[in-house]
Amino acid sequence: MRPSDRRALSIQVAIYLVLAGLALAACLFAIDALRARGIQAGFGFLWNTAGFDIGFTLVPFDATSSYGRAFLAALLNTLLVSALAIVLATAIGLVVAAMRLQPVPAIRSAGTIYVEAVRNTPMLLQLLALYFLLLGALPPPRQSIILGGVALINNRGLFLPAPLPGAGPALAGLGLLAALLTSWLGRRNGRIGAALGLAAAALLAAGAWSTTWDVPVLRGLNVRGGIALVPELVVLVIALSVYTGAFVAETFRSGFLSVAPGQWEAGTALGLGRSLTFRKVVLPQAVRACLPPLANQYVNAIKASSLAAAVGFPDLMQVFGKTTLNQTGQAVEVIAMTMAVYLAISLAVAGAVHWYEAGGRMDR
Amino acid sequence: MKTLSRSLAAGLAAAAFTTIAASTIASGATLDTVRERGFVNCGVGENFPGFFAPDASGKWSGLDVDFCRALSAAVFAAPDKVKYLPATPAARFAQLQSGQVDLLSRSVTWTMSRDAGLGLGFAGVTFFDGQGFMVRKALGAKSAKDLDGATVCTQTGTTTELNLADYFRANGLKYTPVVFETTDQVIAAYEAQRCDVYTTDKSTLAARLTKLKDPAAHMVLPETISKAANGPVVRQGDGQWANIVRWTLNALIAAEELGITSANVEQVRSTTKDPEARRLLGADGELGKLMGLDKAWAYNVIKSVGNYGELYERNLGPKGAVPIPRDGLNRLWSKGGLLFAPSFQ
Repeated sequence: MRPSDRRALSIQVAIYLVLAGLALAACLFAIDALRARGIQAGFGFLWNTAGFDIGFTLVPFDATSSYGRAFLAALLNTLLVSALAIVLATAIGLVVAAMRLQPVPAIRSAGTIYVEAVRNTPMLLQLLALYFLLLGALPPPRQSIILGGVALINNRGLFLPAPLPGAGPALAGLGLLAALLTSWLGRRNGRIGAALGLAAAALLAAGAWSTTWDVPVLRGLNVRGGIALVPELVVLVIALSVYTGAFVAETFRSGFLSVAPGQWEAGTALGLGRSLTFRKVVLPQAVRACLPPLANQYVNAIKASSLAAAVGFPDLMQVFGKTTLNQTGQAVEVIAMTMAVYLAISLAVAGAVHWYEAGGRMDR
Repeated sequence: MKTLSRSLAAGLAAAAFTTIAASTIASGATLDTVRERGFVNCGVGENFPGFFAPDASGKWSGLDVDFCRALSAAVFAAPDKVKYLPATPAARFAQLQSGQVDLLSRSVTWTMSRDAGLGLGFAGVTFFDGQGFMVRKALGAKSAKDLDGATVCTQTGTTTELNLADYFRANGLKYTPVVFETTDQVIAAYEAQRCDVYTTDKSTLAARLTKLKDPAAHMVLPETISKAANGPVVRQGDGQWANIVRWTLNALIAAEELGITSANVEQVRSTTKDPEARRLLGADGELGKLMGLDKAWAYNVIKSVGNYGELYERNLGPKGAVPIPRDGLNRLWSKGGLLFAPSFQ
């Protein structure tokens, strides 16, 4: 190690030590200060009964559940919304980027209008406008639109029949498994594939036939039974996807444009068709160029999902960062946990993209 | 995004303030700090007409605002030595704990966990409220017991979510909550029939009912499902300041009991023979000195802002920002209400 390297290293170590020391001192000071003011500190509250209900959860939750479980339920809601929005935004982004690269002026300008209009207005406004438009367009429960006698749609949501637990769903599950195996094994061995395919079809049919369905019906003030897709979730996912999609479109477009036109010509010279040149030559290079900014857009979408409270969707920020904070008064702990979660999700997404990118580099 | 960063910033600020403030605010010195500064830092909410609301020129008014003016009169003999600092429900306790404000006067509901667990001290009750339900008349519900299966809209960051869950669970009724960030969003969703029921404190329901598109199509159900005792809050650990806030409120109530108003207080002080009134107004004894105040402290309060009845009339009376009939718990004990001031002896 050269002396200059050693000096650089010791400076770095010193900086890290000072930072760690400051963080530790801040924590100890905060705990001391809270104790001194008679404020209960710590994470014990997570085991206490929450006492409130959440309108939409992926895990069973009621008023007797703990704050910890409220945290979990809210976290899953945030993850659900973010994941759906990221997938949809990517699809929207690809389509719009392709539109903006078209030679046809009408298609191109349609893409431009979408991108400029969406990017240059606040997402909160788009979200609220979409929400109240949808509520205004859909009828109240007593005038529900009935779809084929089994599903209902009104301003409380889309209500679909739900399979009741029993032999039916189990058979259908086996059928799905068989179908998956068919597509995998069928490629290697036609005969096994055909047999599995038949079995899958039979199992699925038997499953569907023997399943008892919980069909939603209008009763009392509301719809009872079935699975509900609430308008808040739908609106939040659409608004997030539309907003993020505009940024993603520009990211993709810049990626495609970063590939030199010579690459197209080179592909043609090698005798590759237009489609093959795109898939094998242009796309890999474009993806590599737009991955880092794409990761940023995904992280932005996750953070923007915290606008959920504006349309009454119970995400992490609303259930934990607001209701739980207010009920327990544990501001420091609750905010720290909420921040840590957003930080962890965002870092995970960025990490996944970097990992993918590193893989891409290797086969260069 | 804006919401997230704003809330996180508020939380961080709270943490930072709590940390720094703990070392700078010695307990028992709030009065000295306030005197040195020259005004009271009063923590109010963002906008709740009748209780705390700024007008177009930024001038605050309301019952809770008047209480801060009363406190200013008690300390400085003038009601306008107040700086109003609004905060969201989520940030309000941090605002007080950190020493950013000297008291919260913003309809904070007195609960045991807040009183005992958050380093807060509740100084008394300025307004008794209770949670109720608003529904469309077309729903056909005559009582909260008819609300089985209802979708209920409410606002986050308050005690309403908990009361709502308690009530429906206790009565074996099912419901779906939809929880919004602001009152305006709740109202918009309720008007769009996203929910059957809007629930919050009855004072707010009364205020909001009149502003709906078609007030005649809605009604407030008779049930009151919670007890909400709202009043000013101070930090724990400064008994002198807590006494000043508590007895300023008691002076407002006692003055109404004794028939002392802003109009007649001067005359009463010089002519009355009632020993309680003489002690209250500093004509006899020096009760104010016990709290480090002038002996005319209560006289100054009543002279500047009036008694509790005048405060109520000005803000919640027929000509106030939000008329709420004074027929329930918010009357004097002698008239069937709960307002009671301990003796000025």
